[in-house]
Amino acid sequence: MGREITIFQFRRWLLAYAARIIENESHLTELDTAIGDADHGVNMRRGMEKLQERLQEDAQTEDIGTFLRSVAMTLISAVGGAAGPLYGTFFLRAATSPTNGRSVDLIQLTQMFRYGLDGLQQRGKAQADDKTMIDTIQPAVEAMEAALAARQSAAVVLAAARQAAHLGMKHTIEIEAKKGRASYLGPHSIGHQDPGATSAYFLFETAAEALTTFNSSGNSSERAA
Amino acid sequence: MIGLVIVSHSAKLAQGVYELAAQMAGDQVGISQAGGLADDCEALGTDAQKILSAIEEVWRQDGVLVLMDVGSAVMSAEMALEMLPEERRQKCLLSNAPLVEGAIVAALHAGLGEPLQAVNAAAESALSVPKYCRGQ
Ligand SMILES: Nc1ncnc2c1ncn2[C@@H]1O[C@H](COP(=O)(O)OP(=O)(O)O)[C@@H](O)[C@H]1O
Ligand SMILES: [Mg+2]
Repeated sequence: MGREITIFQFRRWLLAYAARIIENESHLTELDTAIGDADHGVNMRRGMEKLQERLQEDAQTEDIGTFLRSVAMTLISAVGGAAGPLYGTFFLRAATSPTNGRSVDLIQLTQMFRYGLDGLQQRGKAQADDKTMIDTIQPAVEAMEAALAARQSAAVVLAAARQAAHLGMKHTIEIEAKKGRASYLGPHSIGHQDPGATSAYFLFETAAEALTTFNSSGNSSERAA
Repeated sequence: MIGLVIVSHSAKLAQGVYELAAQMAGDQVGISQAGGLADDCEALGTDAQKILSAIEEVWRQDGVLVLMDVGSAVMSAEMALEMLPEERRQKCLLSNAPLVEGAIVAALHAGLGEPLQAVNAAAESALSVPKYCRGQ
């Protein structure tokens, strides 16, 4: 089954995610300016700065469930906008999936993403092709499950997730928004990439980097978003 | 007597609606507000934990009615309800009423000691009362 993924890697993952979002704040703002209210970049940056603080403060957390719950609570109170309750629910629900405490195996990791996705979908009631973050997260989780079923390594499973997330994100350009603020634009939303689908892509991009490297740093990044 | 919670993306809007509603309600009706984010009052947004605290603050055995503004306020309020203990959750209702009219009507009816469902029904029907009759 390969090496287990530890809480240290989870911490590294979310720190990388926070940094990637902050680097991309203006990009996310531009996307939300085209089809929303221009606040997704600011909302996410505010959430990520709080997350960075929180991760510094409770660097002692030893349990993955507790860690994910703390991430969720931080995002709920600091992001605002639709992304706050949505990402909050993703991590809150992920926190309820089974772990080995300080680590997870690949089956558990995949299940954790599945729990998060199901929670997110219950919360926002969006389907695939509604032009939301679901269009990134759902294919990514499905790709993880398929790669897992094919008995692939963690690196392959997470690379498959990243690739599917990337395709899903790009696919939002072609479709019309059915949920969230962008849906007010109807067909005018076509031709623009969804901001939430983009911030969600970074979750998988950084997961592929941080959850598969076992030494202190591993930040080969792909800026394709 | 039930309690009321005003939820808005804006702390200022929540405060304003709170004042309008409080004026209509007697002293017995507990009204609380959850506007903006706990971490940043200036930022526009809703915060499930702040909503949860507002519900706890006005908790009444007869229940609590939550009135919300637009969009993701609903998602945050649903989350807050999920965080409540089961026996409280059953006595907590999210209203479809328009925020301003609904809060005023709800405060009035809550002040009369009406039960949760009745207060909500009155608040939701606030939408069907015309404000202005065109062309007369
Ligand atoms: N019901 C929903 N389900 C899933 N994702 C959603 C939903 N509503 C909005 N989103 C996502 O949230 C993003 C917008 O986030 P943000 O700008 O922070 O919130 P707001 O729309 O409240 O301004 C959208 O690009 C979309 O991906
Ligand atoms: Mg927005």
